[in-house]
Amino acid sequence: MSDEVAGRESKQDRPWVFRTYSGHTSAKASNELYRRNLTKGQTGLSVAFDLPTQTGYDSDHPLARGEVGKVGVPISHLEDMCALFEGIPLERMNTSMTINATAAWLLALYVAAAEHQGADARLLQGTTQNDIVKEYLSRGTYVFPPEPSLRLISDMVAYTVDAIPRWNPINVCSYHLQEAGATPVQEIAYAMATAIAVLDAVRARRDVPKEKIPSVVSRISFFLNAGIRFVEEMCKCCAMAELWDEITRERYGVEDPKARLFRYGVQVNSLGLTEAQPENNVIRIVLEALGVTLSKRARCRALQLPAWNEALGLPRPFDQQWSLRIQQILAYETDLLEYADLFDGSPVVAAKVAELKESARAELDKVLGMGGAIAAVENAYMKQRLVEAHTARVRAIEAGKLPIVGVNVYQETEPSPLLAGSQSILTVDESAEREQIERLRAFRAKRNAKDVEVALRNLRDAAANRTNVMPASIGAAHAGVTTGEWADVLRALFGEYRAPTGVTGVRVAAGEASSAATDRARAQVRSVSAQLGRPLKILVGKPGLDGHSNGAEQIAVKARDVGMEVVYEGIRLTPAEIVQSARDEGVHVIGLSILSGSHGVLVIDVMERLRKAGLGHVPVVVGGIIPEGDAERLRAAGVRRVYTPKDFDLARIMEEIAELVAEPPAAA
Amino acid sequence: MLARDRDAVPEALNRIDDARPGQREKALELLGALEGAAPLAGPPRVGLTGAPGAGKSSLLDAIVRTLRASGETLGIVAVDPSSRRTGGALLGDRIRVRSSASDPGVFFRSMAARERLGGVADATRAGVTVLAAAFDWVFVETVGVGQSETDVATLVDTLVYVAQPGAGDLLQFMKAGILEVPDIFVVNKADLGAVAARTAGELEAGLGLGWRDGTAGWTPPVLLTSARDGTGISELVLTIRAHRRHLESSGSLEARRARSKEAFVEETLERRYGSYGTAQLGGPAGIASRVREARDASAFSLVLALGREIEDALRKPLP
Repeated sequence: MSDEVAGRESKQDRPWVFRTYSGHTSAKASNELYRRNLTKGQTGLSVAFDLPTQTGYDSDHPLARGEVGKVGVPISHLEDMCALFEGIPLERMNTSMTINATAAWLLALYVAAAEHQGADARLLQGTTQNDIVKEYLSRGTYVFPPEPSLRLISDMVAYTVDAIPRWNPINVCSYHLQEAGATPVQEIAYAMATAIAVLDAVRARRDVPKEKIPSVVSRISFFLNAGIRFVEEMCKCCAMAELWDEITRERYGVEDPKARLFRYGVQVNSLGLTEAQPENNVIRIVLEALGVTLSKRARCRALQLPAWNEALGLPRPFDQQWSLRIQQILAYETDLLEYADLFDGSPVVAAKVAELKESARAELDKVLGMGGAIAAVENAYMKQRLVEAHTARVRAIEAGKLPIVGVNVYQETEPSPLLAGSQSILTVDESAEREQIERLRAFRAKRNAKDVEVALRNLRDAAANRTNVMPASIGAAHAGVTTGEWADVLRALFGEYRAPTGVTGVRVAAGEASSAATDRARAQVRSVSAQLGRPLKILVGKPGLDGHSNGAEQIAVKARDVGMEVVYEGIRLTPAEIVQSARDEGVHVIGLSILSGSHGVLVIDVMERLRKAGLGHVPVVVGGIIPEGDAERLRAAGVRRVYTPKDFDLARIMEEIAELVAEPPAAA
Repeated sequence: MLARDRDAVPEALNRIDDARPGQREKALELLGALEGAAPLAGPPRVGLTGAPGAGKSSLLDAIVRTLRASGETLGIVAVDPSSRRTGGALLGDRIRVRSSASDPGVFFRSMAARERLGGVADATRAGVTVLAAAFDWVFVETVGVGQSETDVATLVDTLVYVAQPGAGDLLQFMKAGILEVPDIFVVNKADLGAVAARTAGELEAGLGLGWRDGTAGWTPPVLLTSARDGTGISELVLTIRAHRRHLESSGSLEARRARSKEAFVEETLERRYGSYGTAQLGGPAGIASRVREARDASAFSLVLALGREIEDALRKPLP
């Protein structure tokens, strides 16, 4: 009791695992980065894969063009995976892999790489993200339809619980839901619904006996977001811990309280990081990190912090180091880890937690009533709620009701010395893609074709016969199968999926839709439409493999709200498809959204194809994380406007688009 | 200009949608010519309607793949509702029809319903006429909310209603009036099992209650399909073909086209000139008889010609 009075623990709490989400260019370059980060005191790894790897394509696939090594490391085969962890003993590492549709394959490669190192797979520790539901809802790197995707996840759960018992086969992500605009209540409810979908699927398997369920439950981990409202975020974490405890006890009969512990990692919010006055992001990141570490009872197990300048482009090693130092100062310099829970007995926190729990329960029951998370993906319910919530947020920023320093208030600023110089972000060398393809082709040439054939047949058989795909996948990894080959086998068997965009059903509260700027845009659209003889029609397209559709969705919704007819076709379109749509649909203007950094290749490809199709007169605007130098190149290629995250006023963008359509075409 | 020329289709569709004075008349002339030149038989025109979420687009995607496998080309118009307040529209359906993405044998145009809430735009009929000149099949996809079934029925030869398993009981189907118009009923998502079979049963029971007069010799079948696993897709395509053959052999195709022509001319004139305007031609009955008299004229040329008469009549000073 005396300890409690002092509030001081007899021994310090152990710090959480420090990670940095990283990887780019090539396995070799990423390996160097990881080793450097580990020497700086990072205690775990968080692997970012490039989009072709995440969506199951080899680096030389046509859809991979422009994307290789951009948002993460390209891993096409076992040699890549071995190179990624060269000199890093996997037996002693804790590795988190942000991988979903192809998670079973990347885990197989990881196991095979560990075996190459002579490691015992049973000792491996780490996490495969493997949450397909949030891919459908927000992140967009899904491949297969929901049902076979869920089956792959449950295969991994069933496999790891015996073979790699310290692995977290799934990290249920509410992180990306918040990035897509989710309110805390939605974040809690949809994450719980996803975990329930996975656990129900595992429970239904014949190869997982009932007595294994507590071990299965104890390996389910979560990956949360933490926004700037850090008090509420802390309460959200507490609410999730309590709900998880209740659900696992009530629904799955887990008696051991330790097996019901809510274990979670965090990447703090990127949605709220600003391009304007980006130095302020450091302060935002610190406060958000506090939100998930302050309460001992609901403290995260692992933390990764974004870099202050990620709204500008790819962060440099220095920028990532700065974020790591935040964690180290918080854990080692402050007295945070010396105390028991600071909020025990706080009526304010208790009330907030209770309120969040109650609302989340209600929303969760609604989703379960529809048939669960998968049903609520297919009928677009969750997606529509997210697009709505995000729309409300965007409108609040536009209207100044949600103040964001440097963006819609206090915009006056001294020039930032941090942005001086051309090297203020990292650019991936254009030769990375070519070199990766050369390595891939050399690898294919030297492997044993017979082994590959047998391994692929085994994989196909396992997948078709509902046998666990993990052993066959690990065999395939050793045999030299590539990422694209593995995914192609399953694509042929399972088919590919297109998730609902969620934009068509978005309800807009009356009154919210009107502002002076919106009214101006509406008038402009009306007048341009009258000139055109039919309503202004816009194509909103997302070329390439990038699935972050939040921006495109908001543009689509806003365009409708100002009276445009909007063709929005979802993610992952090829330039050829975009041009064919533009022509067949008879649009007046095209808006492209790209966040993967592959804008250079893809947008210019679209521009060339438009010209060839005789549509050179159709104005094109581009939005995304686009550094100014690139923006200039795009404009030189004929792009009429380039929008970046600092252009938060969507009404103004709409007005400009309408003006562009009205302008006579620029001389070619 | 439209000698089955795919490349000319987008521009033709843009032109017929041009509401500027002068352009509108030119569009009607173009359409009149197209319709006049079209043989009655022409390509089958099929409507696909049903509540949101019933899986129409995925079903259409499966139909597209089936027809493309036998080398037939398709033109598709998808109609989405417009916002009543802003006039804007989100046309997002295309994403489900992936097989059309880079295939020149499939043409896809999405349209907003505009002022026709829950229905199909004037431009849709015009679009159907353009597409019929260029493709082997024309499909019209609409969201079924109330009047659209009857609306689409006047544009197509075969109307397919797509129901979602568990969408409702018999009473709800009857109340919604959906038992009366469609030629084929489909319960999609048959992979859901018992609930789909139950919904099919409700529909069959409803159709057995004599909502439809059987005199036309066609009893609307209720089919179970699954766009997901391919169940019933080829049967659906065969049934659509069978309905078309039935229309031709029974002579109903001609009657049906004539009826929809009347409805279209009357509605278009009413919308454009109001009831005072149409009264100049003797109201609905007068217009109907004028349409019947001019049996060989296309709907569009009639709208143009009768519209001019109304305008002339309205210009005369009141007695």
